[in-house]
Amino acid sequence: MNLTINVQVNGCKIEESIAPDLLLIDFLRAHGCLSVKRGCETSNCGLCTVFLNDTPVLSCSVLAARANGCRIITLEGLQEEAAELGGFIADQGAEQCGFCNPGMIMNTIALLRENPDPTEDEIREYLAGNLCRCSGYEGQLIGIKNLIQWRKERQTHA
Amino acid sequence: MLTIQNYVRAESLEQAYELNQKKSARIIGGMLWLKMTHIRVQNAIDLSGLGLDTIEETPDMYRIGCMTTLRSLELHPGLNAFTHGAIRESVCHIVGVQFRNLATVGGSIYGRYGFSDVLTIFQALNASVELFAAGIIPLEEYAKMAPDRDILIRILVPKTTVNSTYLSVRKTKTDFPVLTCAAAQTPKDFTLSIGARPGRAVVIREPHFGSAGTFSEEDVRAFANDVSQNITTGSNMRAQAAYRTHLAEVLTRRSLLTLKGGSL
Amino acid sequence: MLKSVNQPIRKKDAMALVTGKPVYMDDLGIFDHALIVKALRSPHAHAMIESIDTKVASRIPGIEAIFTYEDVPNERFTLAGQTYPELSPYDRLIMDRHIRCVGDPVALVAGTDEKAIDRALKAIKVKYEILPALLDFHDAIGSDILIHPEDNWKALDFIGADNKTNRCASETTSDGDVEAVLADCDIVIDHVYHTKANQQTMMETFRTGCYMDTYGRLNIVSSTQIVYHVRRIISHALGIPKSRIRVQKPRIGGGFGAKQSAVCEVYPAFVTYKTGKPCKMIYSRVESQIISSPRHEMEVHVRLGAMKNGRIRAMDIYTLSNTGAYGEHGPTTVGLSGHKSIPLYTTNLEAWRFAYDVVYTNVMSAGAYRGYGATQGIFAVESAVNELAARIGMDPTLIREMNMVREGQVMSAYYNEMNTSCALDRCMERAKEMIGWNEKPLRRVMPDGKIRSLGVAMAMQGSGISGVDVGSATIKIDDDGGYNLLIAAADMGTGCDTILAQIAAEVLECPVDQIAVHGADTDTSPYDSGSYASSTTYITGKATEIAAQKLKVQMTAEAAKMLSCQPEDLDFDGKCFTAADGQTLTIKDLATRSMCGFDGALETTISHSSPVSPPPYMVGIAEIELDPETGEVYPLDYVAVVDCGTPINPNLARTQTIGGLLQGIGMALYEEIQYSDKGRLYNNSFMQYKIPSRVDLGHIRVDFESSYEPSGPFGAKSIGEIVIDTPSPALAHAIYNATGLWFRELPITAEKIAMGLMEKEKNAQNAAQQLQ
Repeated sequence: MNLTINVQVNGCKIEESIAPDLLLIDFLRAHGCLSVKRGCETSNCGLCTVFLNDTPVLSCSVLAARANGCRIITLEGLQEEAAELGGFIADQGAEQCGFCNPGMIMNTIALLRENPDPTEDEIREYLAGNLCRCSGYEGQLIGIKNLIQWRKERQTHA
Repeated sequence: MLTIQNYVRAESLEQAYELNQKKSARIIGGMLWLKMTHIRVQNAIDLSGLGLDTIEETPDMYRIGCMTTLRSLELHPGLNAFTHGAIRESVCHIVGVQFRNLATVGGSIYGRYGFSDVLTIFQALNASVELFAAGIIPLEEYAKMAPDRDILIRILVPKTTVNSTYLSVRKTKTDFPVLTCAAAQTPKDFTLSIGARPGRAVVIREPHFGSAGTFSEEDVRAFANDVSQNITTGSNMRAQAAYRTHLAEVLTRRSLLTLKGGSL
Repeated sequence: MLKSVNQPIRKKDAMALVTGKPVYMDDLGIFDHALIVKALRSPHAHAMIESIDTKVASRIPGIEAIFTYEDVPNERFTLAGQTYPELSPYDRLIMDRHIRCVGDPVALVAGTDEKAIDRALKAIKVKYEILPALLDFHDAIGSDILIHPEDNWKALDFIGADNKTNRCASETTSDGDVEAVLADCDIVIDHVYHTKANQQTMMETFRTGCYMDTYGRLNIVSSTQIVYHVRRIISHALGIPKSRIRVQKPRIGGGFGAKQSAVCEVYPAFVTYKTGKPCKMIYSRVESQIISSPRHEMEVHVRLGAMKNGRIRAMDIYTLSNTGAYGEHGPTTVGLSGHKSIPLYTTNLEAWRFAYDVVYTNVMSAGAYRGYGATQGIFAVESAVNELAARIGMDPTLIREMNMVREGQVMSAYYNEMNTSCALDRCMERAKEMIGWNEKPLRRVMPDGKIRSLGVAMAMQGSGISGVDVGSATIKIDDDGGYNLLIAAADMGTGCDTILAQIAAEVLECPVDQIAVHGADTDTSPYDSGSYASSTTYITGKATEIAAQKLKVQMTAEAAKMLSCQPEDLDFDGKCFTAADGQTLTIKDLATRSMCGFDGALETTISHSSPVSPPPYMVGIAEIELDPETGEVYPLDYVAVVDCGTPINPNLARTQTIGGLLQGIGMALYEEIQYSDKGRLYNNSFMQYKIPSRVDLGHIRVDFESSYEPSGPFGAKSIGEIVIDTPSPALAHAIYNATGLWFRELPITAEKIAMGLMEKEKNAQNAAQQLQ
């Protein structure tokens, strides 16, 4: 039996009647959040990472029904931050095929909100659930570290 | 593909319990395992609205709600100080942060999965489970029961443990474990829990290794050897039984030596 | 002074990708209302379909059409993306009554609603006659079980192919009397090395959408590396002319060779062709794991003859390769296992022989995966060289310095090509310096009992397929004096759109931003074999360079006409032509004037092919930490030094290298392929096929020692594939240095190491007891 949910997606309120087994990833993609990608069926790849009430989760593993009343943010709602961090990744040539990027960038934003100055090991551990087959991770790590350094310097100057 | 006819956000445990008595009903935990099944669920029962996602500390125990995420366990200062980081170590290898933000302790324990890190650690900590109908029973006992239609409400962890440690071996760092080993001391007892054998975690107690006792490295070696010879291991795609038996010795010895404060 | 080439500039598509723009096949909006196509797949490894009943299934609301083997043409074809006439045999139908592996398609269901399709898949009743399955590739030749007994099986170019003996290919080549030289050697290393059918696991699974356009032509939008080959494959599969097919690729989410086969294109193409309706097929991760195009499992038998002083004189290699149920890339991958391993030791080599058999079995068909057979051969040969060094007690880097191929040598095992550019010696020197080879012992026991050790390997690959690959570029001037570069090479994340633009910009003396790149589209791009075989930078890059030069000549000639002077009197600075008398004409003016009363064309197309395939070279050195009790291996540090000629974009070259190395590390240590005794693959998801995550390694460090390849664009060779070749032998070597044990089968899991060490200890104890 369909049910009605009220959610806020990237700041926009949506009220919709949905099937009870609809997954959040499919709900979001149907609402134009095409940055949200599916890379597996086993909750292993991290490509579908979104924020559910500010917490990074795998949207492939959340019932849309369960998101009723929640705030959802996808990369579409974080374009400025994505471009800022993404620029540092791009300067390493580490975005490569790009398919894992939205999930990885979402989760990096989550990390830096929780912990603005993580160590290298903390970065790796937080992003362990974001698989990438192209980059070998090294350029992404350097890009993230460069962003953190840049933010620190910007703060010092300000 | 999993199909669900009705989604019910339970308003009370009574209602959830009633609905759950039908074979076609399912309580949804983190959804991570359920999502991969191909079953047809009539009523999917969500306990999210019942405030069961908290970790409460009382003078003599931690009461962990079934909807508490593995990530909350990992970050909880009290639980981790109490277990010397063993709780964190037991869950931090599970896939990734976004996964652990969804996976619930209730789902992990209810499933009584062979590979479960969570079952391994809580058994070592002498935890009990609080069930809606059956009341409080020791986790060790619950782990052996066949899944039924009762509802797991909380995990209760007594504050009797004074020292604990957690070790595991995995093919990759975020994979299922090949073998898990949790060890905990009370002053007069020692509890070892070995999981992913690949069968579900089993418990071995040895009062000799309580924190108040004294024991030598030779004692530890003999015990570890004994453990590895006596627990049942099996083969699956991650490892053969013989390797698991070998690891049981290594991890048991290392756990005890860590608790003893000695070298590995 | 180079301005664009050899610069680490951002990829042209970088910001779109990092901000998550909808640029992939399923994001474009074209297929939002298209039919969804799914396949019913065989649960059996070998069977004959006795009957299929689709009546109940087709009555389910939302089901548009169901097709079975009875509906498809009976002309066989190959899914391999290779230049015609393909060396891979024509052994497939879109669907076949004869099921040859678990996952073979039995029915195609098209519908509007995924749930309805899933119900329909369950409602189709299939009766199978289950046949005995041939699952062990050692048993293939001479087996009573024939994988392809059919009479319309066809090989266009026989390399010993014989479907009546399960042979997909077989050949022996040699130079000199290998047996005589081996007999004269002090030492013969004689071992068999076994590698598995690893998966590429690009993050975007296989996917294709199709529609009929205004002109009644079949349009294919696919995540592919090979638009032109896909056009031919679909033409063969459907039996329709190529002129009625158009194939385009949008951004694609990784390939690594997986998408050098038309793994999924023919199915939705068939559905759209039959129904006239748009449709799409998105492979699940399970499908991408169990019925795709992985690496060929190979067993490489090496006999390496050497003298006590380390001089390597003879190499004899026999490779048995498992192509699985179909022959995609079977006859071609195998060649690299010898021809791109033996030549590494050209210097003192007096004789070599290379023989192989490629066999059919009832497992998933293999395909093209980065390294393409070289990876398997190099694991074997580099391991054998490390075994030799250990046997004679020689530094494994010095033995290589003594024997490695040098610039200027003719490589007899590499089709007698001259080694025109080679900095392998400098790569070795630099890699040793980076890891501290001369300061660190090969094995150190740490205070906690763990062991740190080093391992080394070298590699070579090719740059395109000599005399076969065709790369093309069309360059035209746009209205504002910028340029359009049209290509059919496929940027799969590698950055070739940007790299080719850098080459064009260098020639045309303009910023890279002024080159707009478009590709790949069979209707608008010039013919290109596609992006595979490490060909794009070297082959298509050269085409781009020549095209840009030619366009510059054209522009100069037209500018001279407009300024009424001689072309040689004009000076061009990338923006403006200046005549000797001071008159000027900007390219913007030139472009504008070329659109009015003009009868030339400021546009040029160049197709390029190369008679040679100059090898890139590299050295990799691994430092690991090994726990001798649990057997766990942690790669602490991996240094790699590459000679890819001139790196056109050092950032992209470095990232290619790091990415390839990590794939190689996964292959070496834990990427496992396990079949049930019924031929079902257990490693069917990211849960069961573990690729490296970012906590599974320490660091990878890369540097370049560049030679200059005269036949390449600005001295460039290739880099895409070679980078996966060194980790397996280097890690096997490091593990040997830590444990004293050689592991000759991949992956080298912690279990194998721990159990091997236990057995070694037991043997030592037994030996000691016997002595007493």
